[in-house]
Amino acid sequence: MKINNRIKICLAFFSVLIVTAATLFSSGCEESFSSQVKGEEHAVLTSAPYVPSPIIRKHPTKVVVDLETKEVTRKLADGVEYTFWTFGGEVPGKFSRVRTGDLVEFHLHNSPTSKMPHNIDLHAVTGPGGGATSSFTAPGHSSTFSFKTMNPGLYVYHCATAPVGLHIANGMYGLILVEPEEGLPPVDREYYVMQSEFYTEGKYGDPGLQLFSQDKAIDENPSYVVFNGSVGSLTGDKSLQAKTGETVRFYIGNGGPNLISSFHVIGEIFDKVYGEGGIIANQNNVQTTIVPAGGSAIVEFKVDVPGTFILVDHSIFRAFNKGAIGMLKVTGKEDLVIYSGKQKEDVYLGSNEKNDDIFSGPIEFSSPEVNTTIVAKQESGSNDLLSLGKIVFTSTCVACHLANGEGIPNVFPPLAKSDYLNKDKNRAIQTVIKGLSGEVTVNGKKYNGVMPPQTLNEKQISAVLTYVYSQWGNSGKTVKEDEVRKVKGSKTIVQK
Amino acid sequence: MIAAGLFPQTNKSKMVLISGGLYTPLYMKETEAKQKVNAFYMDVYPVTNAEFLEFVKVNPKWRRSNVKRIFADKSYLNNWKNDLELDENAKPNSPVTNVSWFAAKEYAEWVGKRLPTVAEWEYVISSEKNIQKISNWYSKLSPDKIPPVGSTEKNSFGVYDMYGLIWEWTYDFNTALVTGESRGDSDFERNMFCGNGASNAKDVNNYPAFMRYGYRSSLKANYSTHNLGFRCVKDFN
Repeated sequence: MKINNRIKICLAFFSVLIVTAATLFSSGCEESFSSQVKGEEHAVLTSAPYVPSPIIRKHPTKVVVDLETKEVTRKLADGVEYTFWTFGGEVPGKFSRVRTGDLVEFHLHNSPTSKMPHNIDLHAVTGPGGGATSSFTAPGHSSTFSFKTMNPGLYVYHCATAPVGLHIANGMYGLILVEPEEGLPPVDREYYVMQSEFYTEGKYGDPGLQLFSQDKAIDENPSYVVFNGSVGSLTGDKSLQAKTGETVRFYIGNGGPNLISSFHVIGEIFDKVYGEGGIIANQNNVQTTIVPAGGSAIVEFKVDVPGTFILVDHSIFRAFNKGAIGMLKVTGKEDLVIYSGKQKEDVYLGSNEKNDDIFSGPIEFSSPEVNTTIVAKQESGSNDLLSLGKIVFTSTCVACHLANGEGIPNVFPPLAKSDYLNKDKNRAIQTVIKGLSGEVTVNGKKYNGVMPPQTLNEKQISAVLTYVYSQWGNSGKTVKEDEVRKVKGSKTIVQK
Repeated sequence: MIAAGLFPQTNKSKMVLISGGLYTPLYMKETEAKQKVNAFYMDVYPVTNAEFLEFVKVNPKWRRSNVKRIFADKSYLNNWKNDLELDENAKPNSPVTNVSWFAAKEYAEWVGKRLPTVAEWEYVISSEKNIQKISNWYSKLSPDKIPPVGSTEKNSFGVYDMYGLIWEWTYDFNTALVTGESRGDSDFERNMFCGNGASNAKDVNNYPAFMRYGYRSSLKANYSTHNLGFRCVKDFN
């Protein structure tokens, strides 16, 4: 009986052990990722520039994808049309988002209106042709094949029907994202941007329906290099959007068929780059990243200040002459420390300057608006013409004639003891109103520059001239407002 | 197989003599001599809806509602109004489309002719030297209403519509190349996908030829599509 008891105790102990282990094990599984394929879902495919939502399930599933190939005539640029061959009716083709370990059942449908047979090669597929050999489909028919996603990453897919270059060149490419099991880090905005080229018989911008040019394609000399299938697809009211403080992620593809892209966002730096579309953020702080033809890249960056940030291929003539431009419009609060905008403008005299104090005196480059603000302040306080004159002189004339009216030799004539100034008051008034150009002789020296007309009112002109006449050994004359008015209204030009 | 009924000798079934010659198939090996094509008669125009209608009137098993799926798929003659009536999208003088290879072959035999071989067909189109012109047709969308026969180019043999109108069935369409299902024959990997296809081709710039080979290899004999029709040929004796 003792032995029986012992056996009972042992059995009890072991069964408790097993149950505990089982419980721990199964509860552990619910927490972590399962490798069992569970369930079935129908893939949500999106049109560029949008992507399907991040995957939240923690297990692989069967994903049924239905994708139609269709030949359509659409806009390539303003006034320009092209017959595109597409996945899903658009260029680039629809974006698909699955998870590592999923079983994808791919249904390729070729529209009965198609002229050509089509198939699909997904770079995410391990298998002959990437699926191409099993999806070759005549117009008005469908093909089905299945594959397992074993490698996470961002993959290009494209048609691989002969002649392959032509099928790709006509727009048959898109992206499929295979998320890693744990998903990608969350961000605020995700966008799908795919670069590609078009080779047309006509030049860039030639209107009407454009036909494919095989010669240009073989020479790798495209007429158009665009994002998302047409010039202007990501500009104006189709710009991408974000708010300051948000993190933005671009899933970038390059359908080629020929060119490599040097992808750059003007005014931004990529905080993280998942080079070549892998799932490791393998570089930080990148200005321009390479996207291979038939390849991809993922970039992430935080937008800190508002403004319009331009997406380009930094092989820059493609951006400005062939259409490779997109826009990201960021709205929100400014941060003037990170980016101040223009703070100041100045005159710069370059190598003509001989002395050091070209910037002598407190120079704030003034606009007439600034001028009147200062003047208004002064006028409300006092009518002192000389004080006003000094203020106007300092804000308007000092830049060229310098603080003590000495001018710059060979460049700007002096006002100090200037024979030209003192000889003829009306001429001085006219000079301020109308400006002066061409050769003049002042104090025996020749000057041949340009003085622009000054946007000053009559009170300011009378004040500044009175001030100048009162300084530096000048004649001490006063200039009255109606004298200024008279010269202004006068049709006769006082001779130089 | 050949029906007892007379076949129509309409103007549209006119034929022209194609003199024999040498031709270069797209997939010829460097070491091979050019292929010889013997002289034959070819239909000047593709077979029309009106002509095919005569055929199904006398051959009920080729009517749309009677045909067996093994010989023609669901799209067979689906642009006709019904078994014996044409329609807006199937005008009498337009080429008959939505017909399978089996149906085309039956018709050809009924009129005492046969389908052309790929070699014969490609030989005739090779007289068009302006590849870009052919390429341009392939760049355009397929219209819903296919224009009448004779509305596109006549080539130097006197044959109309070799391109610009429809794709055409050939007798041996499925020997031209394989889709990659050929697990055997790996020494002539003639599959058309990516590098392989291009590296074996005789003339890599002849995109239209590629496209025709590509198109043919996507077909099965019972397929019908809305821009695929046929014309007939006859031996020259």
